[in-house]
Amino acid sequence: MPTPLPPGGPPALRNISPRPRQKTGWWALPPVVALAFVFLYPLVLLVQQSLTPLEGGTSVRPYADVFADPAFREALGTTVWLALAATVGCLVLGFVLALVIAFVPFPGAKAVARFVDVFLSFPSFLITLALLFVYGTVGMANGMWTDVTGAASGPFQFLTTPWGVLLAEITYFTPFVMRPLLAAFSQIDTAQIEAASSLGAKAPRIVRQIILPEALPALAAGGSLVLIMCLNEFGIVLFTGAKGVTTLPTLVYSKAILESDWTGACVVAVVNVVISVSLYGLYRVVSRRAGA
Amino acid sequence: MSGGSDIGIRFDGVSVAYGANTVLDSLDLTVERGEVMALLGPSGSGKTTALRAVAGFVQPVRGRVLIGDRDVTDLPPHRRGVGMVVQSYALFPHLRVEDNVAFGLKAQKADKAGIPARVAEALEMTGMAGYAKRYPRELSGGQQQRVAIARALAIRPGVLLLDEPLSALDAQLRSGMLAELARLHRELPEVSILYVTHDQVEALTLADRIAVMDQARLQDCGTPQELYRSPRTEFTASFVGNANLLPVRVGDGQVRLGDAELTVDTAGVAAGTTATLCVRPHLVGLGEGVNALRGTVAEVQWRGATHRLYVDVAGQRVKADVRELRVPPALGERVALHFAPEDAVLLSAGVSADE
Repeated sequence: MPTPLPPGGPPALRNISPRPRQKTGWWALPPVVALAFVFLYPLVLLVQQSLTPLEGGTSVRPYADVFADPAFREALGTTVWLALAATVGCLVLGFVLALVIAFVPFPGAKAVARFVDVFLSFPSFLITLALLFVYGTVGMANGMWTDVTGAASGPFQFLTTPWGVLLAEITYFTPFVMRPLLAAFSQIDTAQIEAASSLGAKAPRIVRQIILPEALPALAAGGSLVLIMCLNEFGIVLFTGAKGVTTLPTLVYSKAILESDWTGACVVAVVNVVISVSLYGLYRVVSRRAGA
Repeated sequence: MSGGSDIGIRFDGVSVAYGANTVLDSLDLTVERGEVMALLGPSGSGKTTALRAVAGFVQPVRGRVLIGDRDVTDLPPHRRGVGMVVQSYALFPHLRVEDNVAFGLKAQKADKAGIPARVAEALEMTGMAGYAKRYPRELSGGQQQRVAIARALAIRPGVLLLDEPLSALDAQLRSGMLAELARLHRELPEVSILYVTHDQVEALTLADRIAVMDQARLQDCGTPQELYRSPRTEFTASFVGNANLLPVRVGDGQVRLGDAELTVDTAGVAAGTTATLCVRPHLVGLGEGVNALRGTVAEVQWRGATHRLYVDVAGQRVKADVRELRVPPALGERVALHFAPEDAVLLSAGVSADE
């Protein structure tokens, strides 16, 4: 942590500080305007479009129409439960894997930790593609089953269902939880763990009472990141669940590109943005209250 | 052995190695029940490794470690029942002081109803009773170390391991904590304490016996008085306290340093050989006398109550701590030093630590 300055700073600094600050204010204006134009103005256009029905004018009718659409409601529900389930899955799996990599000495632990970093750079649909090789209709698992039993098709037909999307999302996003966790674990004083075991604590108690409390901020950071990324995930859902699974991002895609319902697409996009932003806000409030 | 219960800790030929690098070389040492044993040595001497072998954090490649009459060599740390205090305190930052102290009792599934009383007792003993509800970050370094000691004592261990416990404290706190530790030891006469330190003052103050370690080996072991007054090796002489180590030729009842003939006890050292004469600087006086050493002043340091003089005598630099001088000698001035025959110890070359 940086050492806090004495209140008000040294007297010499305090006396000259107001002037430069005004100047920096002026200098900051052009980039802020540029950023607003590049990033915020398109969003404004999007919201404006979502309030403009086909017949013209401004009304909230498009929202009423979309909300009344059962396909939208289903997509909304699927999006939220998939994101929540994937986040929980990533947290549990990521915590266990990071724990093993960080605290169980085995040859190659460093290499595995480095591979986690590489994994983060993979495109998301790559995972889906890879899973197809294993669990796809003619993939390894089903191939083995049909070879052994002589049946016409294998038992693993879940890949195009929400469960397939969930598996792919957990596989892809778990490293996003592990990265901050491994960083947090490397900060833990091994003397604390040794002190705990000297005092008679076995591994489960040490994980629960020493490691977990220290890892909570990292878990919260990784979890919220994964939650938001899952809410907005497009590639995995499109690749895996193409037939049966619709989430908000794929709904935006099908409305805009396949149905040419531009207004409807904008409405769904706005809803998606609102959910993401409010979840992020909720996370900030919760984490601040937790003192993290 | 019928006296098995009199053992606090016993190292039985314990060796620890990382690959080809031996960090502890067949250590044989017994700490009696209720005894304070200091492991004294420079860093890398193997003293901390010895302590960690007792705690169970390093596995010896050879030898056995016994606590009481229990062979704990193959037991995991959580089944050894030792209290441990380290330099960094290692308090659990998210637990209040009382929960830190209760941690071991809960981990050992102690009777729930009895825990608050035992926590209070441990905090009382270390003078931290008023801080039970605080978090570690709200305490000073010395207070945190007291909590760490209370946490180690709460499980009522037979053995207390202290690993450089005062090294992170400033000098004034350190002497206060030394007195505290001595008091705790008087209040807990049954507890054996293994105290790892590189600070000879801590070892001399606190220990019943000192084991001097260097280069992964036990060099010497004895009471502080023995090691200080009559060290057996040059390493002990220089590390326990501070000594002038002068190469001399041994005669009959006297030794020669350059031209000077010095009367010392030469018992046990053969005449005609070379040996090392060990004299403590504060036992060297300025001026003529018996065993006079004449030389030129190379350096003078004023240390308040004393002057430290460095005098070159026959190619050797001799240190002398004398009471503050009104007129200290000038650099390059020829002076005489002297010491009493009974204040010198002759170390025969055969037992010197370095070849």
